Amino acid sequence: MAIALVLVLIVVGSVLFHFLSPWWWTPIASNWDYIDNTIIITFWITGAVFAAVVLFMAYCVFRFRHREGNRAAYEPENKRLESWLTIVTAVGVTSLLVPGLFVWSRFVTVPSDATEIEVIGQQWQWSFRLPGKDGKLGTSDTRDVSADNPLGVIPGDPNGQDDVVVEAADLHLPVGKPVKVLLRSIDVLHDFYIPEFRAKMDMIPGSVTYFWFTPTRTGSFQVLCAELCGQGHPLMHGMVMVDTEQDYLAWLGQQQTFAQLSTPQKTGSADQTPDRTMPSGLKVAAQLETVGSR
Amino acid sequence: MVDVTPADAVPPAEVGEMELYHPHSWWTKYVFSQDAKVIAIQYSATATSIGLVALVLSWLMRLQLGFPGTFDFITPEAYYQFITMHGMIMVIYLLTALFLGGFGNYLIPLMVGARDMVFPYVNMLSYWIYLLAVLVLVSSFFAPGGPTGAGWTLYPPQAIMSGTPGGQDWGIILMLSSLILFIIGFTMGGLNYVVTVLQGRTRGMTMMRLPLTVWGIFTATVMALLAFPALFVACVMMLLDRTLGTSFFMPAISEMGEQLPHNGGSPILFQHLFWFFGHPEVYIVALPAFGIVSDLISTHARKNIFGYRMMVWAIVGIGALSFVVWAHHMYVSGMNPYFGFFFATTTLIIAVPTAIKVYNWVLTLWRGDIHLTIPMLFALAFIVTFVNGGLTGLFLGNVVVDVPLSDTMFVVAHFHMVMGVAPIIVVFGAIYHWYPKVTGRMLDETLGRFHFWVTFLGAYLIFFPMHYLGLMGVPRRYAELTDMTIMTESAHHLNSFISIMAFIVGFAQMVFLFNLIWSIRHGREAGGNPWRATTLEWQTPQTPPAHGNFGKDLPIVYRWAYDYSVPGAKEDFIPQNVPGAFAPSREPA
Repeated sequence: MAIALVLVLIVVGSVLFHFLSPWWWTPIASNWDYIDNTIIITFWITGAVFAAVVLFMAYCVFRFRHREGNRAAYEPENKRLESWLTIVTAVGVTSLLVPGLFVWSRFVTVPSDATEIEVIGQQWQWSFRLPGKDGKLGTSDTRDVSADNPLGVIPGDPNGQDDVVVEAADLHLPVGKPVKVLLRSIDVLHDFYIPEFRAKMDMIPGSVTYFWFTPTRTGSFQVLCAELCGQGHPLMHGMVMVDTEQDYLAWLGQQQTFAQLSTPQKTGSADQTPDRTMPSGLKVAAQLETVGSR
Repeated sequence: MVDVTPADAVPPAEVGEMELYHPHSWWTKYVFSQDAKVIAIQYSATATSIGLVALVLSWLMRLQLGFPGTFDFITPEAYYQFITMHGMIMVIYLLTALFLGGFGNYLIPLMVGARDMVFPYVNMLSYWIYLLAVLVLVSSFFAPGGPTGAGWTLYPPQAIMSGTPGGQDWGIILMLSSLILFIIGFTMGGLNYVVTVLQGRTRGMTMMRLPLTVWGIFTATVMALLAFPALFVACVMMLLDRTLGTSFFMPAISEMGEQLPHNGGSPILFQHLFWFFGHPEVYIVALPAFGIVSDLISTHARKNIFGYRMMVWAIVGIGALSFVVWAHHMYVSGMNPYFGFFFATTTLIIAVPTAIKVYNWVLTLWRGDIHLTIPMLFALAFIVTFVNGGLTGLFLGNVVVDVPLSDTMFVVAHFHMVMGVAPIIVVFGAIYHWYPKVTGRMLDETLGRFHFWVTFLGAYLIFFPMHYLGLMGVPRRYAELTDMTIMTESAHHLNSFISIMAFIVGFAQMVFLFNLIWSIRHGREAGGNPWRATTLEWQTPQTPPAHGNFGKDLPIVYRWAYDYSVPGAKEDFIPQNVPGAFAPSREPA
């Protein structure tokens, strides 16, 4: 008997928790409110099914509990009822799937005016690359990665010379402009995830993956790595600042290009975190390795 | 021709066949036994022992998550080793081994009316190789560098690189070797279970008269035989990448400023192989639970399972569909995003047969005569947790909803509810149900009810709120939740609460273990059929059943497994081996 009451309490408690608890998603900062809406639809449909099934069980346990002299009914099948339940379920599932696939088609269709930017993951920091005045990112190769060229931009590619390189620092983006994020890793799997943007995607060494979004409000948003990448995984934080157009251009003006960073003067070395500067012997070994693997 | 002379190794003709087949020494009876029931107990005891290790590991993880910074010995390195070993043990070495090696071995021959598995010797080898796999796994705790910390999914490249615990030490090698052994051992057992169900059934036991427990274990075994080879090749290839420097899964990599001598491999290929195994694996654990819980509900509600044929086809349908949904684990893996349309559709289609099963369980309760025994309580708890966990699967399966939730605590909450809590609750229900057959004694009722309430409510309180941390964006596999701008103070308090519940639920399992051991001697005598059940294992001449199960003659089956409360019958159950014609026309053809 206690179990019937507990089953009712589980339904009531779960519903109350859903509406009253302080734990909920962070205020959205991108165009993906479609995703939030799909989640809300899913909550309503699944919540109703959960409540219906568990309350029905509670009723059965209460109404048909064993008492002296009781005997169960004998009914092996009921084709009509089973068919109806199958149809209703199929309709319910379709009503989740259709909006879901509709939003997914938006998610995978990058608008033509989106600016391409690149995010590079490595154990355990984030770097970024923005196209320069030519609007094109230069090609890259993990085998070109070295202390002087931490992102592995192919030095001979003219498109890469004016690329803005942001190594292990914050990324800035202008508000309201769609961006296509190209994702790359030079060592293991990582995942570029900003909870407020609702979007994420793994980065795979040897491939370039992508997703797109439009930042809808200014502010600073923490980047989290969402794919286990070794012991430093939980500390692989970064920061994306969404600026007004004006602030963004001011920030952009202070950044250095690939050509500037790879000149012999090495003006950018002050930016490097201590653990990333390699001992000179190792640097040589790395360069030899690079040559050897060609 | 070799000259054959009669030797005393050849027994005289008058020794009966059964006599030759029985074990003749203590060693062959209790240790190197070929009796499926003994093998079942060996499997169960080994799985439970290694499961206890996984339980302790989960406590250590919850110590860190609930009270960050308090315990210095839980370094990120150690934390990742804990989660990896916890996950792998629970999924493979506990649940797969317990459902198939444990329940499969005990119940299949008894329920189909066979004397034993069809290949008893191979069956014995299966257990010993499984034990070896477990020992290799355990040895990694003592190896230099400790066990692997690559996460139970073992994704390369990090799994075999120095930034991951055990990646360049022994850990990953021992893990991969142990999995390879496990698969070899499982294949030996699995072939046995399948052939025994197909070929070993007694007279009258048609496939459509099999108890759903057998259908669940049978289908899960067929799936495992098809799915494990994918994991097997993935393990072999990764082992080659790690030991011989091949590049199956390893592209060009610059690790901490150093170029590794790999080139051209595909990390995502591993993910496809892993999940081609990994998704069916979910149902390899779930289908036996589905089958068992159907029988628990039917027996304890004194009512036939509702829609038996639909239940069978749902099991088979789920089993088949589960091979075409694997990439729903990879929506944000960077695979071609257009795969999402296909895999979201197949994944949501699987919800239909699954929902049918749920309806049929609750409709079995309708107009039943529900005895609220401990197995029945666990069956009810299973429905609650399974429905909860199954419904959150509709979030994660629907590709675009998965994007924000993937790799967060929402996923952890979902899969623990649906393939952790729900199947383990069935395991408990099943143990309370069949313990009297295995030992001849009942488990203690008071301890059992305590165990039920704490486990059910505690587990729900652990995993239900956890979904909301994921909704907030808290990632999974974070050894430290420090400096997270999205996490409020109260979210950290929620984590502490979850940890405390985890310790309480863990404690209740100690009470259960005590009950298991104590009741062997002190439990109430059960008799042969304490639940007044219809299936053949309850109709054996001895309890516990002797070697050979059914005495001199095998039972003959006259009816399906669910003749409870048949109108006109004197008792409210008619065992499968009782002839007679009470309402036979209602039995599904």
